[in-house]
Amino acid sequence: MRELVIILLVLVAAPVLGGLLSGIDRIITARMQGRVGPPLLQPFYDVFKLLGKERFLVNQRQVLWAIGYLALIITSLAMLCLGSDLLVIVFVMAFAAICFVLGGLSTKSPYSHIGSQRELLQMLSYEPVLILLAIGVFMQNQSFLVKDIFARPEPLLFSLPLVFVAVLLILTIKMRKSPFDLSTCHHAHQELVQGITTEYSGPYLALIELTHWYELVLVLGLVVLFWAQPIWAGILLALAAFFIELVIDNICARMTWSWMVKLTWSVGIILCLVNLGVYLI
Amino acid sequence: MGIIQKSRLKSPWVLHYDCSSCNGCDIEILASLTPVYDIERFGIINTGNPKHADVLLVTGGVNRRNARVLKNLYNQMPEPKVVVAVGSCACTGGVFHNCYNILGGVDQVIPVDVYVPGCAARPEAIIDGVVLGLQKLKEKTQMESEEVAK
Repeated sequence: MRELVIILLVLVAAPVLGGLLSGIDRIITARMQGRVGPPLLQPFYDVFKLLGKERFLVNQRQVLWAIGYLALIITSLAMLCLGSDLLVIVFVMAFAAICFVLGGLSTKSPYSHIGSQRELLQMLSYEPVLILLAIGVFMQNQSFLVKDIFARPEPLLFSLPLVFVAVLLILTIKMRKSPFDLSTCHHAHQELVQGITTEYSGPYLALIELTHWYELVLVLGLVVLFWAQPIWAGILLALAAFFIELVIDNICARMTWSWMVKLTWSVGIILCLVNLGVYLI
Repeated sequence: MGIIQKSRLKSPWVLHYDCSSCNGCDIEILASLTPVYDIERFGIINTGNPKHADVLLVTGGVNRRNARVLKNLYNQMPEPKVVVAVGSCACTGGVFHNCYNILGGVDQVIPVDVYVPGCAARPEAIIDGVVLGLQKLKEKTQMESEEVAK
């Protein structure tokens, strides 16, 4: 019964929270650029408008993959909230991203194809760090379960500080912020038309947008794990990380994909390995 | 007014296409994105993608080469949509009116909802044009829903 309530809460509360966070994101970004910015509820207006638009579809598979992306992201978020296996959560997230890529590849548009290939490169960049995060958690708790992280009295941040820095690095990629907004991008930025979402329009684009809200809550949820007890400290930590990402977004230009892969595979992975290596010796 | 109808007026995404403009109007369109005018206050975003756009801003007169491109862009935009012709050239052909290669204003090729005159059109006028376009959008969608109701 308790599990059902949590799943329902995830289904309803997460998009509201994600939408509000992206509204705050747009206002803070505008203020950093010396603008007033849109109203707080702007992301909701955008999505409701998209729902009312004409249904344009390149092919049927496109919708299937978009729904798969949404369903798998909701699954991994629900698993995180239910306190299940962190490693499995990382794998389900990877499957979700693959669905998104296949949706982009299912059309013939070259813009959508390049966007999809860049999304794959983004996955190549962040997956090792996520897996090393799960391994780091296992080394601390002797279990992959999120439940056990919450049972732990002292925060993970003190034992995995360098992994935390690496997670901040990949948070930029997961939140699709500059310098790593290669495959597609929010706000008014453009890259290769709209990259991987080029061929999605109307209600189907609304579906993708909704998934991004869930995903935002999910990746911030991973940051909360670093200070799970008490949870409010973790939420503050996640909000601080969110703000840092916005600052990085506004002070950076977009970088090339090779820069991204080099950075995460050198700095990101080395930070994780050094952190984990200390406990092995 | 339903929530979708209300949202439609609050989130017009703009696609900007330069037919054969001298770039005067294009600079003014981009100027309205800057902190001075900040059209994101009204939820307006400049998308580069016709499939995401609600409002098509066209600058410059249409010539035989780009008439096809303009039609293509218009057809790729999902309904409901609005076309705003920005600047004298987009309205009538302007100083290029009788040139051998110019067909005339944008309305020779696709239906235009709002004409924004000026050479170059001022950013305030362009913002006014988009807002007027939204009213036309509202009328259009209301007429459609009434027809469905009948």
